Amino acid sequence: MNEPIIRFNGVSKSFGRQQVLDGVDFAIPAGKTTVIAGASGQGKSVTLKLILGLLKPDAGEILVKGQDVAQMGAGELNAIRMHFGVLFQGAALLDSLSVFDNVALPLEERTKMPREEIRAKVLAILEQLGLSGHDGKFPAQLSGGMKKRVGLARALMLQPEIMLFDEPTTGLDPEKSMEIYQLFARTQQQFGYTSIIVSHDIPKIFNLADQVIIMDKGKISSFETPEAIQHSADPDIRDFVRTTMGNIYRSREME
Amino acid sequence: MLQRIERLGNNTLYYLQDLGRMGLFLFHAIGGMFKRPFRFQATVRQAQLIGANSFAVIFFTAAFTGMVLGLQGYYTLRKFGSEGALGSAVALSLIRELGPVLTALMVTGRAGSAMCAEIGIMRNSEQIDALECMAVDPFRYLITPKLLATIISIPILTMMFNVVGIFGGYVAGVELLGVNPGAYFTGMEQSVVNKDINMSIVKSFVFALLVVWICTGRGYFVHAIRGAGFGAEGVSRVTTQAVVLSSISILIWDYLLTAIML
Repeated sequence: MNEPIIRFNGVSKSFGRQQVLDGVDFAIPAGKTTVIAGASGQGKSVTLKLILGLLKPDAGEILVKGQDVAQMGAGELNAIRMHFGVLFQGAALLDSLSVFDNVALPLEERTKMPREEIRAKVLAILEQLGLSGHDGKFPAQLSGGMKKRVGLARALMLQPEIMLFDEPTTGLDPEKSMEIYQLFARTQQQFGYTSIIVSHDIPKIFNLADQVIIMDKGKISSFETPEAIQHSADPDIRDFVRTTMGNIYRSREME
Repeated sequence: MLQRIERLGNNTLYYLQDLGRMGLFLFHAIGGMFKRPFRFQATVRQAQLIGANSFAVIFFTAAFTGMVLGLQGYYTLRKFGSEGALGSAVALSLIRELGPVLTALMVTGRAGSAMCAEIGIMRNSEQIDALECMAVDPFRYLITPKLLATIISIPILTMMFNVVGIFGGYVAGVELLGVNPGAYFTGMEQSVVNKDINMSIVKSFVFALLVVWICTGRGYFVHAIRGAGFGAEGVSRVTTQAVVLSSISILIWDYLLTAIML
């Protein structure tokens, strides 16, 4: 396994009386795809927010490229966030900006690139993601799948080393979901980023995963392969597998 | 009993936390003015939304407020045979009190609620998180343009309110009820001093800050406000709360400023 790019050491986080993470340890290898799975409300999105420094852990350290995000000030956080691209659950495009301006935003705000160059780059990536001709539209005029693609385009603009995907296929039909996953695989090959996908769309996503982390009741278990999950001895994991992934092999045959 | 004390402690903690959060929010929003690149275009656009587009509302409010003052003032003053003081009565009540207060209240209703809902929706749909993840400071990008635009717009609107209101009083008192026009303006000239105008300006600045601080701040923390709930309902509740809170603060600060400055 490669040198881990992100490492959680004994991370705990609770909201009020609800313990979401309870001394969690795991490592995410560079250049690979890690899937974080689990039922709703088990701390998947919280984990993403912890990685990004949007939330602070109650205990433990979160190392991103060897630096502890939990101890960082605003300036350092901004610097480390330059390495990240994030695709939010609802794509989180700015409603008041057109598709073009949304995708151009990171370059306009974070670089001193001349306008012409920004324009060329934005149009190139829009074309690559099959969005040519939609650059003048506003987010409210786009379908769910298109919003996700615009979100992906925006996240890729600064050529991040690490891409975080929060429930990337929620609200999409199965066909569109496959399309989005294929897009991830293609762009990952091209840009070489480390990919972290939070999802409950488990059977489909296994084709992409190099590592699977399952969160349950504040604890995690990590597996190298999808098959290993099915053969886990842990009763909670077995239960989770039965209820959410029962159809894993069947679904693969279908594809 | 123990439960009651626990609840009291919880509430105290919550309100202290809320106050601290809002204080830091204002600090960052003002700090955003000094960060580069300055968002000039966005500020102008906000000034148009908050200020220029409020002009019609302010115009009608001012005209009818002035007219009603002229009417009421005329009948009250006539009892003492001093209709000549109508001009100064109308001008002083407008400049010192009604101009700044009503302008700020109208802007709260028109633009403050819109700002709160806009920021609240951006928070709920993770747009603010997205900005932070792109290492774009959401204060400089979103809040500061609104802050500057409001602080520029409300004093200008207040001055317009005063002028329009004085002419409204003129229409009711002089044109309709027959007060001597010379007496209307001479009385005003003699009684209105620089101190009154200063009071109007200081009040309008303070009210502008209150409106924009409370309205954007409530929207920004829609996720952290107790009892607000989530989604569309959360935004609607927080918007109501922002308008009520902002209106009450304007009236309380009006009293305090009058007490200090008179």
